[in-house]
Amino acid sequence: MSSETPLLQVKDLSKSFGGVMAVASVSFDLKRGELLGIIGPNGSGKTTLVNLITGFVKSDTGRILYEGRDITGWPPYKVVDLGIARTFQMVRPFYQLPAFKNLIVPLCSPRVKKLAGGRYGDRDAVALDLLEEVGFERDAFVSYKLAGALPQGYLKRLELAKSMALRPDLFILDELFSGLSLAEVAGIVPIIEKMRIQGKTIIMIEHRLKELFRIADRVMVLNYGVKIAEGQAQEVMEDEAVKKAYLGSEG
Amino acid sequence: MKKRKERIDRGIKARSEDVFALSSFREMLYLLAPRALPVLGLLVFAPLLGAYWREILMSTAIYALLAMSWDMLVSVGLISLGQSLFYGIGSYVAGSLNHYLSWPPILTIPAATVLGGLICTLFLLPVVRLRGIYFAMVTLVLPLMLLRLVEATRILGGTEGLTGLDPFPGQLTAWYVLQAAVLVTLFGFRRLMGSDYGLIIKGIDDSDRSVMSAGINIHWYKAQVLFLGASVGSFAGACGTHLDMFAGMPGFALDYSIMPIAAAVVGGAGTFAGPLLGAFILVPLSEILRALGALRIVFYGVFLVIFVVVLPEGIFHYCRRKYHQIERWVEVE
Ligand SMILES: Nc1ncnc2c1ncn2[C@@H]1O[C@H](COP(=O)(O)OP(=O)(O)O)[C@@H](O)[C@H]1O
Ligand SMILES: [Mg+2]
Repeated sequence: MSSETPLLQVKDLSKSFGGVMAVASVSFDLKRGELLGIIGPNGSGKTTLVNLITGFVKSDTGRILYEGRDITGWPPYKVVDLGIARTFQMVRPFYQLPAFKNLIVPLCSPRVKKLAGGRYGDRDAVALDLLEEVGFERDAFVSYKLAGALPQGYLKRLELAKSMALRPDLFILDELFSGLSLAEVAGIVPIIEKMRIQGKTIIMIEHRLKELFRIADRVMVLNYGVKIAEGQAQEVMEDEAVKKAYLGSEG
Repeated sequence: MKKRKERIDRGIKARSEDVFALSSFREMLYLLAPRALPVLGLLVFAPLLGAYWREILMSTAIYALLAMSWDMLVSVGLISLGQSLFYGIGSYVAGSLNHYLSWPPILTIPAATVLGGLICTLFLLPVVRLRGIYFAMVTLVLPLMLLRLVEATRILGGTEGLTGLDPFPGQLTAWYVLQAAVLVTLFGFRRLMGSDYGLIIKGIDDSDRSVMSAGINIHWYKAQVLFLGASVGSFAGACGTHLDMFAGMPGFALDYSIMPIAAAVVGGAGTFAGPLLGAFILVPLSEILRALGALRIVFYGVFLVIFVVVLPEGIFHYCRRKYHQIERWVEVE
């Protein structure tokens, strides 16, 4: 693999739901190690784009290439196996399980087994370590609490830990910050910065522009499924179309 | 000396569920008693019964297997209304191997368990994507379709069925084979669902998208669960065939679908022990009520309703809760 080949290439991707164009002919490239922010008003197709890339939704037209390989139409488990992990905007924990047991499922995946050289090791211990990494205090026993009893801030971090358990190369984080307080966001940002130091590639869907712009290399804006701008955060926000889209959605 | 009450399971729970963490003989007894109960009941005491009741308990064991098989499918979110598919296929596979190839029961039963499991899995594989009522509908219709197929094409003995099959070598053998199978299924399934594998299965039922995003092929896991459940059901069918020395259309009868569900509901689904308990209550009960003639179904129905209304959680959940609440007096310093 030559170093110039983008890690991820999305070409002319489209998806409509019964006449509504959720994603319309979107194309973009993502370099290895880059952090791309995707923003846009509600209903502009961000989550659908994530679903398309990760195989949860089949595209109508267009291609998705990962490391130059066509993965269009691949089922989610194969996409994960390649090294792409996602989080859900709406957290989906297993509510009746203790928090750390939630991580057992990804830790049982073929990808983790492959990376560990065929052996799984002590999954409970790995799970507890992962939760500590995302800020579950080890002594406070939060890791042993039922996921259903955890506040939103912990659930979001649990969601992040679930994707980290897969040790992916590409993270796709769908509105990880939404519903969190400033302090909670400040707690998660260092985790993401650490991922970057480890050379991970990240796509962040965000509504919290200020926090996003501080860490994003590049930003892409969607509106009604169409990519209306792409580039450095500052210049994108100067863009007339972007201003209109955001004003339009607020007004 | 002051004393207060404490739940016996407190000390055990706080440390671990592991046997090695037990600190006293008493705690060990506390953990072992509920597990030893079915073993002793089935293997030791029950053979002391007369031939009539032994007969009934054998068909009870068959229903118990079908009920645990049903419970297995439910654990991954698949509701089966057609346990008779498993029973019928197992029955026909064992019957055919015995009738056409003259295999003895000692070979037909294991073969029917595996082959029957595979055939049923292949039948249902195209629809494991469907959830809830849609999967249920297919399982309801499939045995009825196969029934008509046998009738119309006259294959496998047609309406006559395959008669004069080899019986088990002795009634006591049959008895022990069936009861051992019930126990193996009970403890095997419970152990499986308590493992990390079980977490994945329950996860699929809970939030399949979450499991998909964890890099796991949920259809492959559903197929495995389907195979496990179908194999146990086919085993029941194969045993029933050699008990009756007959394989035929009654194998696809609705009884084999309804009774396991009733047993699971009365006993408490999701535990395997519940459906087992349910079968051991409902099947003998239905035998006792036989004396009432035509009114039997009425009484049976009333009984079922009372059970579901009074103990909606199921007998097993209720008993387990009560058992965990057993207290002992401990000294407080
Ligand atoms: N599964 C679906 N079925 C029908 N319409 C959908 C589905 N998913 C998304 N949509 C529609 O697609 C559009 C984009 O939605 P979404 O991708 O969730 O936007 P965003 O994440 O940017 O808020 C919306 O109009 C939404 O109603
Ligand atoms: Mg969204």
